[in-house]
Amino acid sequence: MTLETDKSGHVDHAHVDSHTGMATTGHEWDGIRELNTPLPRWWLTILYMTIVWAFFYCIAYPAIPLFQTFTKGVLGWSARGSVNEEVAELRAQRGPMVAALSNASLKGIEQTPQLRNFAIAQGKAAFGDNCAPCHGAGGGGSKGFANLNDDDWLWGGTLEQISATLTHGIRAGDDLGHLGAMPAFGRDGILKANEISVVADYVRSLSGLPVTTGADLKTGAKVFAENCAVCHADNGKGNMELGAPNLTDAIWLYGPEKATIVEGLTNGRGGVMPAWAGRLDATTIKALTVYVHTLGGGK
Amino acid sequence: MSVKQQQLDDAALVESGAEVPLYAASKTIYPQSVEGRFRNIKWTILFVTLGIYYFLPFVRWDRGLEAPSQAVLVDLANRRFYFFFIEIWPQEFYYVMGLLILAAFSLFLMNAVAGRIWCGYLCPQTVWTDLFLTVERWVEGDRRERMLKATQPLSLERVTEITLKHFTWLMIAWWTGGAWVLYFADAPTLVVQLVTFHGEPVAYVWIAILTFTTYFLAGFMREQVCTYMCPWPRIQAALIDEWALNVTYRYDRGEPRGSLKKSEALKHSGAKAGDCVDCNQCVNVCPTGVDIRDGLQIDCIQCGLCIDACDNIMTRVGRPTGLIGYDTEINVERREKGLAALPVRIIRPRTILYAVLIAIVGGIMLYTLNTRNAVEMSALHDRNPLYVTLSDGSIRNGYTLRLINKQTVERTFLVSAEGLTGAKIESTAIASDSANRLVVPVGRDQTLELRVLVTVPAQHVHEGRSERVTIRVLEPISGAFATVDDHFFMP
Repeated sequence: MTLETDKSGHVDHAHVDSHTGMATTGHEWDGIRELNTPLPRWWLTILYMTIVWAFFYCIAYPAIPLFQTFTKGVLGWSARGSVNEEVAELRAQRGPMVAALSNASLKGIEQTPQLRNFAIAQGKAAFGDNCAPCHGAGGGGSKGFANLNDDDWLWGGTLEQISATLTHGIRAGDDLGHLGAMPAFGRDGILKANEISVVADYVRSLSGLPVTTGADLKTGAKVFAENCAVCHADNGKGNMELGAPNLTDAIWLYGPEKATIVEGLTNGRGGVMPAWAGRLDATTIKALTVYVHTLGGGK
Repeated sequence: MSVKQQQLDDAALVESGAEVPLYAASKTIYPQSVEGRFRNIKWTILFVTLGIYYFLPFVRWDRGLEAPSQAVLVDLANRRFYFFFIEIWPQEFYYVMGLLILAAFSLFLMNAVAGRIWCGYLCPQTVWTDLFLTVERWVEGDRRERMLKATQPLSLERVTEITLKHFTWLMIAWWTGGAWVLYFADAPTLVVQLVTFHGEPVAYVWIAILTFTTYFLAGFMREQVCTYMCPWPRIQAALIDEWALNVTYRYDRGEPRGSLKKSEALKHSGAKAGDCVDCNQCVNVCPTGVDIRDGLQIDCIQCGLCIDACDNIMTRVGRPTGLIGYDTEINVERREKGLAALPVRIIRPRTILYAVLIAIVGGIMLYTLNTRNAVEMSALHDRNPLYVTLSDGSIRNGYTLRLINKQTVERTFLVSAEGLTGAKIESTAIASDSANRLVVPVGRDQTLELRVLVTVPAQHVHEGRSERVTIRVLEPISGAFATVDDHFFMP
């Protein structure tokens, strides 16, 4: 059969394929022709229906970008609004538990499994948002930032003490917050460099760490008694009222190396923890307190 | 009208120089009733499969006092799937994957043995369409009557018939949706809730959805679903081989077709006359409207009804049955060449492979199902901090355990840490026994998350090393236990 062709030599209308006996669509690409396998009409109808649907969808929902804004849709739906609704729903769902949390005492929360689990879950989330940047995701701390998992507490590790520290912060300008700081004995000329060196050795000896050979521990003890014992106590066990750390245990906020201790003695120490009272609501602080207390070191 | 017929018609239009329509207008099919062997098989399958579907939710299975007593239940709220003696938790979803693999291989095996067994006999679309057609015949009569009525103007009697037909269809569709939701809640309770309008709105929504799909797909779409919507015919066409049994027409016996009179005349004149009397019964009974004499084609679901129709006619005209029957492609070709047909080979490398794969997957599933432990535990070491130095120099590591109690009673587990000298295990608000094991009650059928702290005293700390610790959970009454090995980090 000869095929009718257009000027460029292409077949331009349907014919019957000699091999299959089927009609073609008349389309041809590089000599390959397409057999006509027509779709049912309902399929086409559905296509038209989706086009109509899209038209109404564009009217009903946010759809078309404009220069500064976009069409908002007559239904007033928005992704953000929808999220807000869901958040509100979640709040409503948690309402009774949050109310129970705010009414219960800290001790009561910790002793009621249901409240404890809720507080720990809430506390964990709040910890990740607010505390983790300094204290680490699991409260492991780092140099200058306390590890909240251990049993050594600068300002006390009972529920009430943790709650007070959280609420008012440390050296954060809150009148009720913790204020005590390590003075800069060297920079302020209270102690000379050699005195600092011997007292540093003495402090290391308190927790059984090796000292510089030939260090004059006797002088160190004298300097300690005259300058340090006032806060760190005669035996070096510290004072939580003042935030003075226990110097006899295995835990060091800034590190046990002599150079680090000398640095602290010379320039003082006074890290800051924000007062969370104005930033977090009371219930969240409660949840955080219980979470931190149950990390492992709570008293 | 079959796709093949449509294409041949289009070809004829092209030959005659006429315009070919771009889209195929659907033509209503009026399948005629038929009796016979394959019809009986289809009736049996219809009653068995629909019976299972509609009544299975009401089958009870005792699992103890507090556990659901429904044999087959998808408990979405509590994330459990119950199937008679099997209970599946979300983390065991791989069983569902196993079932899907089994389903796929079964389809392949069916296909290798006898083509579209699934389509012709078992597919819900086929079964429900068959049921809807039965209703249609019962209300409006058989093929000829329905075709005639379709051309007549509406009368009161006709309106009554149409109403009755659609009402019955909707009732079946509604029951289909109703049965569906019963798999997701305690069936007797839900039935009472539904009829007293106290059911969950989502239950009514799903009933409505399934009522609509059943009514629409089985009442109106029918063969269009198989021909244009279902992907299986395409996949099946790629999987079929020349040894698979398919419903076929025996060209060598049937052609040239012609009426009884014509074939007698042909025979008298010494010419070859086929057995096919061209009565069109095979086309009339076909639920998808194909002509099996056009050969294997995409819209033939191979339900075997044309075999019944043809056998009935052949018996009546006194010719041997089997003009249409299950046969292999290889035999179709051989017969056309005048060669003897080969015996059917069901056991072939392909079918053996599928059967072996089914056996392997099924075997693995059964094995894991039977060796599942009723106590399970996973442990996750704290990511931060990896270890904690305590004031007396001892080292502590934290682990988050998940204890799983898969039994229907509350049980008490004993959790211990082994492999570390002098190690102590503790957890907030959990008591220990004299052997320093945590005594942890876990509710029936529940998972408990528990953070435990393991402490090694200062004199046993080896700095710079990570040691192995084995956390063991023991159920003292049955002696069942699970262990997890993990690291214990030191500074």
